[in-house]
Amino acid sequence: MESIKEKFIDNFITDDRWRYIWNGLGVTLKIAVFAVIFGILIGALVAIVRSAHDKTGRFKVLNWFCKLYTTVIRGTPMVLQLLIMYFVVFATVGVSKVFVAIVAFSLNSGAYVSEIFRSGIMSVDSGQEEAGRSLGLSYGQTMWYIIIPQAFKNVLPALANEFITLLKETSVSGYIALADLTKGGDIIRSQTYDAFMPLVGVAVVYLIMVCLLSAGVTKLEGRLRSSER
Amino acid sequence: MNDKSRSLIQVEALAKHYGNLHALDGITTTIHEGEVVVIIGPSGSGKSTFLRSLNLLETPTSGRILVDGVDITDPKTDIDVHRRKMGMVFQQFNLFPHMTVLKNMTLAPMRLLKLSEKDAAARAMEYLERVGLADRANTYPAMLSGGQKQRVAIVRALCMNPEVMLFDEPTSALDPEMVGEVLDVMKNLAQAGMTMVVVTHEMGFAREVGERVIFMDEGKMLEEGTPSAIFDHPQSERLQAFLAKVL
Repeated sequence: MESIKEKFIDNFITDDRWRYIWNGLGVTLKIAVFAVIFGILIGALVAIVRSAHDKTGRFKVLNWFCKLYTTVIRGTPMVLQLLIMYFVVFATVGVSKVFVAIVAFSLNSGAYVSEIFRSGIMSVDSGQEEAGRSLGLSYGQTMWYIIIPQAFKNVLPALANEFITLLKETSVSGYIALADLTKGGDIIRSQTYDAFMPLVGVAVVYLIMVCLLSAGVTKLEGRLRSSER
Repeated sequence: MNDKSRSLIQVEALAKHYGNLHALDGITTTIHEGEVVVIIGPSGSGKSTFLRSLNLLETPTSGRILVDGVDITDPKTDIDVHRRKMGMVFQQFNLFPHMTVLKNMTLAPMRLLKLSEKDAAARAMEYLERVGLADRANTYPAMLSGGQKQRVAIVRALCMNPEVMLFDEPTSALDPEMVGEVLDVMKNLAQAGMTMVVVTHEMGFAREVGERVIFMDEGKMLEEGTPSAIFDHPQSERLQAFLAKVL
């Protein structure tokens, strides 16, 4: 018992080492939150282009780009995408690493989110679209007011899953020497030569964040569903 | 039909082919203002396809449909503008489950007719009152019975002040005891002078409310005439056989 307490103090209190965790958490959250927001925007855009193309045959070129984008992103490892973004795309441009990470994770998440949204749009009964169009609403209005709200409700669990994955995936940010949460734990390990305490500590922080996220989504789901019954 | 009334929808040689299947095979007819046209026929005869072609939910392979003299099959025609004038009621109701009854009814008038929320709601409440569902304005469709859903679907379409109402087997998905309440609403609508095109299996309704009955089979209009002509003096063998089965 004594030794655990000592180890805790040594790993987290001495020299204010908790700051590695705290600051790392800030970086991780910053990347994850922005990547979620931009991921949703990119995903929605791609999903709309692809659904509209499937339905009306418009946006041929744009649809081709969207397909290429999802194929490339889903077909290559995240770490590699991050490295390419940092060492190739932004190699000669002086931008912050956090910015590079946000771009890389947003693009990655967007590809997955677009497929989730697309499946959601397809999950809504075709009678809904017919009803909207028969009233005279345009394709866009029907999508916005009728299809997307229902699709969103249907895909919320899958979307939550994607964001949980995204949050944890940001832990590879250390590859471009970003001091995120995982890297913070690893720095402590390299200083104290104790692996257990900092790594498990970091794991617990991730776990708590994921649990909070899940709880929030469950609550949102309940609220969206209750409006129907 | 009285020839003085204005023709609202003119259908000329309408055809719809799925590969070798001729769902619609050269339909020509005219729907006049204030007329109640009932379309009957066995399933697969193309009657729903015909009805859904009238507001272009189905794209015809060939032929023309003129609404108020405008060819809506012309790709240059803005179909959305014409659909506003053509209300449609579906077999499966197709209410928007994520909106209250009132919201279902005010959405299109607010977005398309630019009615204020207050005006749209007032119009919706008036219609709900008429079909006895005013107390359900703020509930969600899932809370309604099938008959109530269909009545809401009818008044939702009416909120756009359409010139014609298209009914696609409006009572086919209903429990038998709820058919009457929906037919009553449709009857009242017909008596109020609404132009209606109704695809139905309700022969009683066709006979009582229909002014012209069209019998379709295998994508063709085999016979048309007044209810008594169709039901009491059927000419073709097909129609005779069909009526023997359903009456």
